[in-house]
Amino acid sequence: MEAQLSLFEIARWTVSGLTRYLSQRLAEDPLLQDVWVEGEISNLSRPTSGHLYFTLKDDATQLRCVMWRSEAARLRLALSDGMAVTAHGYISIYEAGGLYQLYVDSLRPAGEGALFQEFLHLKERLAAEGLFDTARKRPIPSRARRIGVITSPTGAALRDILHVLRRRNPLAEVVFASAPVQGEDAPPRLVEALERLNRIARPDVILLARGGGSLEDLWAFNDERLVRAIVASTAPVISGVGHETDFTLADFAADLRAPTPTAAAELATPITLEDLRAVWQNQQERLRAGLQTALVNRRQALRQLQTRLEFSSPARRIQSERQRLDEWARRLIAAPLQRLHLTRTRLRGLEDHLHALNPWAVVQRGYAIVTRQTDGQIITSRQSVQRGEALQVRVRDGAFGVAVTDISP
Amino acid sequence: MSKAVEELTYEEACAELEAIVTALESGQQTLEEALTLFERGQALLQHCASLLERADLKVRQLAGEDLTEFQNER
Repeated sequence: MEAQLSLFEIARWTVSGLTRYLSQRLAEDPLLQDVWVEGEISNLSRPTSGHLYFTLKDDATQLRCVMWRSEAARLRLALSDGMAVTAHGYISIYEAGGLYQLYVDSLRPAGEGALFQEFLHLKERLAAEGLFDTARKRPIPSRARRIGVITSPTGAALRDILHVLRRRNPLAEVVFASAPVQGEDAPPRLVEALERLNRIARPDVILLARGGGSLEDLWAFNDERLVRAIVASTAPVISGVGHETDFTLADFAADLRAPTPTAAAELATPITLEDLRAVWQNQQERLRAGLQTALVNRRQALRQLQTRLEFSSPARRIQSERQRLDEWARRLIAAPLQRLHLTRTRLRGLEDHLHALNPWAVVQRGYAIVTRQTDGQIITSRQSVQRGEALQVRVRDGAFGVAVTDISP
Repeated sequence: MSKAVEELTYEEACAELEAIVTALESGQQTLEEALTLFERGQALLQHCASLLERADLKVRQLAGEDLTEFQNER
């Protein structure tokens, strides 16, 4: 079989072979077998295996580190990201990953890391300026209609935020302003997004968010320019950067700090669709009750009017007239009888009177009436008679004639 | 009262509804006014309910100086 020909150099190494070679070279270097190195822990990971994985870093460079479970168990230090440590171990290659790593067998704290120191100094300076004062924090509107969101277009933070907003208050409107959330470019772009969002969209509240990451990943949110832009924002800002345990200067500057992007979205919608439904229910009941009240009042007023109307109704009048009529009728019937009675009494009086005046009644009592025979004139004086004149004397039971014999005074 | 109910935003409708309910509760109107208010209130309630039912988060994106529909969402 002919040897394979090629224009190019024939590969002498397999990847494995090369890696193993490098591994051997490193193992032969006594310096690399006894390393003390100082750096800041980041990307700390503790899988269930019990081994510890992290990165030691300084301003420019990172070094991957592993600490096996047996060593990690002896560790008296509670490791965390940002912690500056001095680590001891040896350098070797993780062949499967092609990574050189420090295999750490002991760790001790080296004071706080330089990056963290920088963070603390900046925080102190900005705090002294009053930028983090709770007094200047604005309240978050309870019902934001327009919610500005500043984050990376590709991160999970945006998806989480939109999911929460859609679930809690789909009546809201979201204006998304895209900006990188890590790297050199991030702070000015975040600042610009804040400024434009305020100016163009005028949102009621702004969410400034980024998913979890290492201290360096979140570093853009410790930028002084961003802090000042947050303070200068027209709309109140809710920060949701990293995880629960991460605090950035943006968090301190924000009007409200949420532990995560999801929580930021929740804090931006304190009143949810469910609450609005409850309000709606309540308004429905009140509206109905309101009309009910109006109707009940009207009904009462109407009833009163009805009573008054009935009181002054013609029917009632007619009734009373009828009564009056009856009264009149009664009196009408009684009147003639009364009259008759009166007449009768008077008649009797007159009769008595008349009776009393009846000259015959006197005659009955023994008196006599004397009249002239010729003309029947009643003689009441001696001067109206002459001697010898014939007179008639009437007595109780008849009359008899007499003649005048003498006249004396 | 002049704006058609359908044109009101949820907040506007809700605020007017609140005012109507308060007015009705005070009972200061004539019966006709009260009935008109109630009808308006019913319409506002309907409107609010349908807004709540149909509500779907509107997402837009800042693009330069404009707001455009947000497409990136999955």
